[in-house]
Amino acid sequence: MVEKITVGHVHLSGCTGCLVSFADNYEGLFKILDDYADLVYALTLVDVRQIPEMDVALVEGSVCLQDKSSVEEIREAREKAKIVVALGGCAAYGNITRFCRGGQWNQPQMESYVPIGELIDVDLYIPGCAPTPQQIRNVCIMAYLLLKGTDEQKELAGAYLKPLMDLAQRGDEACGCDLMYDVINQGLCMGCGSCAAACPVRAVSMEYGKPNIDRDLCIKCGACYAQCPRSFFNFDVMNEFEGISELIKGVME
Amino acid sequence: MVLGNYKSVVAARSTDNEILKGAQDGGIVTQLFAYALEEGIIDGAIVAGPSDEPWKPEPVIATSKAELLAARGTRYTLSPNISLLKEATRSYGLDRIGIVGTPCQMQAVRKAQLYPIGMRDVPDKIALAVGIFCMENFPYQGLEAMVEDHCNVKLESVKKLDIGKGKFWAYTERGAVAQIPLKVTHKYEQPGCHVCLDYVSNLADVSTGSVGAPDGWSTVFVRTKNGENAWSKAIGAGCFETKPIEEVKPGLDLVKKLATDKITKNQKTLDERATFGVGKGLRNPYL
Repeated sequence: MVEKITVGHVHLSGCTGCLVSFADNYEGLFKILDDYADLVYALTLVDVRQIPEMDVALVEGSVCLQDKSSVEEIREAREKAKIVVALGGCAAYGNITRFCRGGQWNQPQMESYVPIGELIDVDLYIPGCAPTPQQIRNVCIMAYLLLKGTDEQKELAGAYLKPLMDLAQRGDEACGCDLMYDVINQGLCMGCGSCAAACPVRAVSMEYGKPNIDRDLCIKCGACYAQCPRSFFNFDVMNEFEGISELIKGVME
Repeated sequence: MVLGNYKSVVAARSTDNEILKGAQDGGIVTQLFAYALEEGIIDGAIVAGPSDEPWKPEPVIATSKAELLAARGTRYTLSPNISLLKEATRSYGLDRIGIVGTPCQMQAVRKAQLYPIGMRDVPDKIALAVGIFCMENFPYQGLEAMVEDHCNVKLESVKKLDIGKGKFWAYTERGAVAQIPLKVTHKYEQPGCHVCLDYVSNLADVSTGSVGAPDGWSTVFVRTKNGENAWSKAIGAGCFETKPIEEVKPGLDLVKKLATDKITKNQKTLDERATFGVGKGLRNPYL
């Protein structure tokens, strides 16, 4: 096995659900750590106090503007990591922390929570609340192939990761409304129901074959829009689904 | 690549008369799922089942042959089958999911497998994805207008709907047959269909449709290892009678023609979207 990549988990204002989801790869997590990635920083798992240099920073949670250390940490992560990944809805879109208005014991002044993209450039988004273990795993494998693979593997990994990189360029606001604005209003929805299946809080239901969003339930995690086949559809990758599924299965064995 | 990757293609129909009785054509989907259920290839299948309103499908998870039989036939209107994909692994606890859908729904299934953004634990549970040929789909009210206004037939009296020979057909319980030219139906198509470049469900494990095969038969493409596995076992068990596609009329040339027509027409729509406004365009979901 060639050298591993270095990965860190940077924990901002999140619930640790993203990290738990990463761990929910079970033995797959050990496989990743054994063969592909050294975990060089993770508050809950690794005894390292200062953010080190690393290839990939997986950032969980949004930034609290009133929390100095939180702001410093996201800046530091950007400086020290080659690739910054917004892991989950909070880091990518603010998610549930968007609704915070402060007043919580014992830091009542903490009221402004923003996705990391409002303070730094982000390379890649993994939306969802929590992001799925399988999606995190796929990004880990593809990031490894992109950095350490053969030319052919680099090309595949680049094609795979591109839509998630494009999401990071698209902006740091997302909610069920994106389905209206970017899919239905654009004449693209064909009523498959992916959005309804993807929603973690069941805010999306299908009415006469089109999504209906309960805005009071929507937490702005970005899963519905990202899961929609009409938000992005990548013929280079999806047409090879069988081979890629086998590749992923193969490297995880 | 008009017809996608496939390992084999045949004309086939179910050998089960009970299935054929209410089937659209060869009863392929119902028969294949019934066999896969019986053999444990799948634990259940997401299909377009009946609802309270006539000809308005509702996605359901079928775990018995009776439920599959109740879902036979084509509805020509939207059934958001993918909306149950994660639910099938949760409330129903399925480890091996069968799912039937249109080409765009097969695209959604494969995207869910490769980019499982909101689909926790779903990717490795898709055991058999059966795709159907599809030129376009209609919103329910569109279908209602076509059947009730244009064909002058009440939806609840309709026994079977069909598209073929350039016409849209409605057969009633009492034996009346109404038909209108497909040209009339075009304005009722849902807009999202006009950017789809797939006619024959390229990304399914097995895809099937009436076009190419004689009346009462279906054309069947076997596309993946999963598909091959299920199909060859079903053939071995005598579930289907088959004919080489080369020996039937109208054959693969017609499938190829329709698939090419769809790609050409819809690629044109995609191209036009780029300059739809003045110096502005609409989104292209494939870029």
